[in-house]
Amino acid sequence: MYRIRMHGRGGQGMKTASRILGTAFFLEGFEVQDAPRYGAERRGAPMFAYVRADRKTIYERGIIVHPDLVVVSDDSLIAMATAGVLTGLTAETPLLICSNREASFYHERYDLKCQVIVFRLPPTTSSRSPRSSSCAGAAAALLGMISPHNLNQAVAQELHTLPSNLLKENQQAARTVFDKLQDFKGIVQRRAKMEIGRPQWLDLPLEVASIAAPIIHAPASSLQMNTGVWRTLRPTIDLEECIACGQCNTYCPDGAISLNTEGKPTIDYDHCKGCLICLAQCPAQAITAQPEQEEVS
Amino acid sequence: MSRTLLTGNGAAAWGARLAQIEYLPAFPITPQTEIIETISAWIDRGDMACRMVTMDSEHSMITAAGAAAATGVRTFTATSSQGLLYGMEMLYAVAGWRVPLVLVNVSRALAAPVTLEPDHNDVLAARDSGFLQIHCATCQEVVDTMLLAYRLSEDKRVRLPVIVNLDGYYLSFTREPVELPTLDIASRFLPAPTIRTDQIQASQPTSQGIAVLGGSQYSYFRYEQHLAALASLSVYEELGREYGELTGRFYSALELYQSEDADTVFVMIGSFATKAKEAVDRLREIDLKVGLVRLCLVRPFPAAELAAALAGKKGVAVIDQNLSMGQGGILFHELTSVLYNRPDRPRVITSYVGGLGGRDISLEDFRGIAEETAQAAKNGHAPPPRLLYTAAELTQMRGLQEIAKTQKNSRGHTL
Repeated sequence: MYRIRMHGRGGQGMKTASRILGTAFFLEGFEVQDAPRYGAERRGAPMFAYVRADRKTIYERGIIVHPDLVVVSDDSLIAMATAGVLTGLTAETPLLICSNREASFYHERYDLKCQVIVFRLPPTTSSRSPRSSSCAGAAAALLGMISPHNLNQAVAQELHTLPSNLLKENQQAARTVFDKLQDFKGIVQRRAKMEIGRPQWLDLPLEVASIAAPIIHAPASSLQMNTGVWRTLRPTIDLEECIACGQCNTYCPDGAISLNTEGKPTIDYDHCKGCLICLAQCPAQAITAQPEQEEVS
Repeated sequence: MSRTLLTGNGAAAWGARLAQIEYLPAFPITPQTEIIETISAWIDRGDMACRMVTMDSEHSMITAAGAAAATGVRTFTATSSQGLLYGMEMLYAVAGWRVPLVLVNVSRALAAPVTLEPDHNDVLAARDSGFLQIHCATCQEVVDTMLLAYRLSEDKRVRLPVIVNLDGYYLSFTREPVELPTLDIASRFLPAPTIRTDQIQASQPTSQGIAVLGGSQYSYFRYEQHLAALASLSVYEELGREYGELTGRFYSALELYQSEDADTVFVMIGSFATKAKEAVDRLREIDLKVGLVRLCLVRPFPAAELAAALAGKKGVAVIDQNLSMGQGGILFHELTSVLYNRPDRPRVITSYVGGLGGRDISLEDFRGIAEETAQAAKNGHAPPPRLLYTAAELTQMRGLQEIAKTQKNSRGHTL
């Protein structure tokens, strides 16, 4: 069985990528299972999808803990422990990253023992990047048994609601990435069966209700949740242009913009989710947005 | 017939479409909503001749569904979790009306605490309602069971509403290859709805759900409902064979997997049972002679079939994805009660509760269950019921309790 886990952010199309890959496998005659898993169910929040493919009926279900291939659509997720990108990775698991950086960057930064393969998104004419098709095309190249024809068919089936020009662009993107990664064709190894250990069960003790009831005993504990990591676009305020009207503070749905005594705003980037409502509301157009990327320290 | 990739929700929608449903009252709840979204898009495109009405709650939704079904209209509706419980009063009422209806429940664990992932406490809360219950383990079963459920529900010997259950996430959002019956095959098995003369019709008024006092008359109607539910078992077997002859896919009250020569048998319901199949294959490689018996029907409870399948076994391990507080696993207690008076009953029956709120049941868990049950069979007495939970899980919980400012000095305190 092949087990593939695809990590992305809500809205980046990783569910679609898993479906394109699943359909491509299916067209090759495999039994298939694909499914998304959402955490916060919010745009920008980490999520993943998984694909299983085998020549016989698949009985396994649920999350893939020991993947044969991990695909990452957004490199800023790797550092995020809650995203679980590196969970179950071994030296034999290729890590495929959609990025403009070199593979060596990730080896050094995360002390990775596995093979890292990077690919770039092909340029597009539209504002909607063909990310899902590209990730599926890249994964298909590494898996090695999916033909370009079936990859093309799979993109067409999964994106049939797109206008024909966008569909064509997605098909081209999948093929471009697929062709570029042919040096890595077939490097994904099906993991040998792992020995089944014994469970480390314990007898759960009875605890008093003050411990055992689902209660958070403190105010504002949500401050500890760094929802700023969900952000894909970072708003920046040009204080020279700012007219201190306070609109951004009023409209921010997360209360992540505070005003000083002169009415000038500051953004709390630990909790700004990058919705850009502030940018849309600012009458002085003093707010701009830049794509987030993993910071190089 | 061609195979296509469908989610469990997609398969349920296709089942409703192939059953040519005519009326669909709806109210949204995750993880079921996609079923209604799919059907509503088909209605909008003109692919289905069905009247869909959005209701103000599940209580109204089930009332509308039952009332429509009473007029002979083929009716479908779907819900999950809190929605099923909110409509609970009407489940009992509609079953008492003796009208045919199919309701899909996409299992989701109940609050509190709130979650979106599955277990079976929602659907098992409806087990005494008079609705029959069919539990699916794969997306293929979902579409096939929809057709079987309508035939069963509309059969004159039965005439009871049916819940078709599928697990949230593990089926609802998971795509698998599904062979869709053609409309021709589907309607050969389940003919398009026709006006039924024994239901409410214009200018022939009847009163349904009447009041009876004194207990005796009430008892008659309730006993008849129970007898119909019991009789539905052999009707289901009959239909399962007929469907199999048309499609090659046979259905029965139980699914047996490697159980015939097994010393230890897992008993389960729902999609986690396919994980048990994987475990059976793997554990046999390390010389644990295990098998699986899955209940496809929970109501009616296939008592005689279970007794036959488990006769003479050394050990039976019931894995419940539900918990009745102060009692334990529901399936365990139902199974032991039907086996108690059998001389050929298994030597020991052990009880495990797991998979609550979507918690995984791992291969390690299955190994532990198989070994513990085999050991119990050897020394002749069963261990106390086990709540599947690991040391690593408790460590993680302790970390979360720290964030939640749970009293530190009381940690681990046992009363």
